[in-house]
Amino acid sequence: MGGKQRDYGIPGTPIFDGHMAQKGYALNAMCYSFNSADNRAAFKADEDAYCRKFGLNDEQRSAVANRNVLELIAAGGNIYYLAKFAGIFGLDVQDVGAQQTGMTKDAFKAMLLEAGR
Amino acid sequence: MATIVGSVMTSHVPSIGNAIAKHRENDPYWKPFFDGYPPVRAWLDRVKPDVAVVFYQDHGLNFFLDKMPTFAVGAAPEYRNADEGWGIPTVKPVKGDPALSWHIIESLVADEFDITMCQEMKVDHALTLPLALMWPGGGDWPVRVVPITMNHVQHPLPSPKRSYRLGESVGRAIASWKEDVRVLVMGTGGLSHQLDGQRAGFINKPFDLMCMDALVDDPKKLTRYSALDLVREAGAQGTELMAWMAARAALPGRVTKVHSHYHVPISNTAGGLLALQNDGAALARAA
Repeated sequence: MGGKQRDYGIPGTPIFDGHMAQKGYALNAMCYSFNSADNRAAFKADEDAYCRKFGLNDEQRSAVANRNVLELIAAGGNIYYLAKFAGIFGLDVQDVGAQQTGMTKDAFKAMLLEAGR
Repeated sequence: MATIVGSVMTSHVPSIGNAIAKHRENDPYWKPFFDGYPPVRAWLDRVKPDVAVVFYQDHGLNFFLDKMPTFAVGAAPEYRNADEGWGIPTVKPVKGDPALSWHIIESLVADEFDITMCQEMKVDHALTLPLALMWPGGGDWPVRVVPITMNHVQHPLPSPKRSYRLGESVGRAIASWKEDVRVLVMGTGGLSHQLDGQRAGFINKPFDLMCMDALVDDPKKLTRYSALDLVREAGAQGTELMAWMAARAALPGRVTKVHSHYHVPISNTAGGLLALQNDGAALARAA
């Protein structure tokens, strides 16, 4: 399953549709497994073996290795499952947001504060 | 007969769970958020619901992409919370009300809503945190629940109009329930927020405030939006507004606003709270 995501015309906003859900199935299945502490430990103990077990393709494996959220999304990752992956590294959604927007976490938090004014 | 006492709609951001567990309600970051809740708790103490029917989305605890129901209704005697992977503490189980669940299920299907029926269902932060916000302190939950999940994980999502009609149908089901129970209808999620993409961190305060006003006096106005309209206006995850719309739609007649509160940001999200009293029920009680 390849190809680019359909353009829904909302800039900077991935839409997790059937195409992406099919493309990202293995990656999301792996991330869904991180609801279990044993599985999180197994991933940390042998990342390669764990990714192989779920059949990640090269794009997904590389995005996981890079800990890169935009790459993970492009590879079919859904943000709710990816948040479980980020949790393994103690990263919260503000870390994830900062990385995707290319900001420092402080700048990202300042942007959120500004939105409330 | 059952009585709908009103609706409460609230955000359910996971980090609220950590704030509660670590007793941070009075920290400068959290206080402006938690300060919204005491008036709603006081109202709940007065109207004393027995059951909460809760519209929310499951964020990958109970459902995965292998089987993703658009709408699902729980019919279990008990619902358990579990590890969600992002480090929020697990809370104690919540009792169900299977008889009311099956009545709602039968009524919805008779009304041509082709819902999924679940006799086992784990409930995530979107159900448990709103309960913890309404009834803090860690004691036994004072309500039984009927969980109703809505798919906001995988597009195509249900439309706002369909979500509203689901809420109307659930409201009719509750009103026709033979047991003498007091029912609170809850809708959880939102308000505007976006976790993914280059637009992560998007918040739309004017849109949120417009929606909170509309939910009191003119909720049908919001049904003109499509799901993608909500993505554009409220952020990719702001579509959870549909749970608020369903909870509002369950109240058919006049309502009185008990309290509302809005604070930005909680984590990446605009934190909203709205409590509405069902005037029909209040009048019946006074008579």
